[in-house]
Amino acid sequence: MAEERRGRGTSGPKGRGNARGGEKGAPRRGMFRRRKVCKFCADKIDHIDYKDAKMLLPFVPERAKILPRRISGVCAMHQRKLQTAIMRARLLALLPYSTD
Amino acid sequence: MSPARQYELVYIVSPDATDQDVADLHAQIEAIVVRYQGEMIRTDTWGRRKLAFRIGRHREGIYVLEVFKGTGELTKELDRRLKVIDSVIRHLIVRVDEDLRLAERTRARREAEVQRRIARGLPVGGRPRRTDEDGAEEEPNERAEV
Repeated sequence: MAEERRGRGTSGPKGRGNARGGEKGAPRRGMFRRRKVCKFCADKIDHIDYKDAKMLLPFVPERAKILPRRISGVCAMHQRKLQTAIMRARLLALLPYSTD
Repeated sequence: MSPARQYELVYIVSPDATDQDVADLHAQIEAIVVRYQGEMIRTDTWGRRKLAFRIGRHREGIYVLEVFKGTGELTKELDRRLKVIDSVIRHLIVRVDEDLRLAERTRARREAEVQRRIARGLPVGGRPRRTDEDGAEEEPNERAEV
């Protein structure tokens, strides 16, 4: 298991440097990548409320899995808070655990 | 006795329950809170809502939110009682005082920052201009490479 993880982590030499540079997003082949901003920082939402299913909904698309940070652009702190909020909302059947 | 803290309790009552049943349940909970020297802050009945998935045979439920102050012993007792009551199909008790305090603190800090910036005559909020310039500089470079 440990080996597997190590293999994935150190894909540096193979993966040719910053193929997926996060913040500044190297625009490859003319494709323009928008700079992602944390929604909660931008909208100044301090407290992510588990009772507000409508606010959480964009972060659980289709399969009802939690949207990863690398796609949504949410900052680490808010992703953690979002995670607990989503898990609480699921407990109360405000959000689904899974859909198919 | 442990110190008093603020909690939120949300419970889902079976949709077969009448308004009277829901009121009775609320009275029961309030009685427990009072017995443990707690304090009810507010209650909010969201009413009938569709559940995101089936719980047992239920597809919808009546949601009730109660905010109260109390001790750890109180939440333990509430938890035990709610588990026993059949008409409650699910419940969740969450401690909220710390989160609220944190949210309040970050809000206060941000306001102070805005005040400071106004006092110094700096631009308030928004993205710093530097990033835009960076983007403009980088783009031609990237294109030249490709």
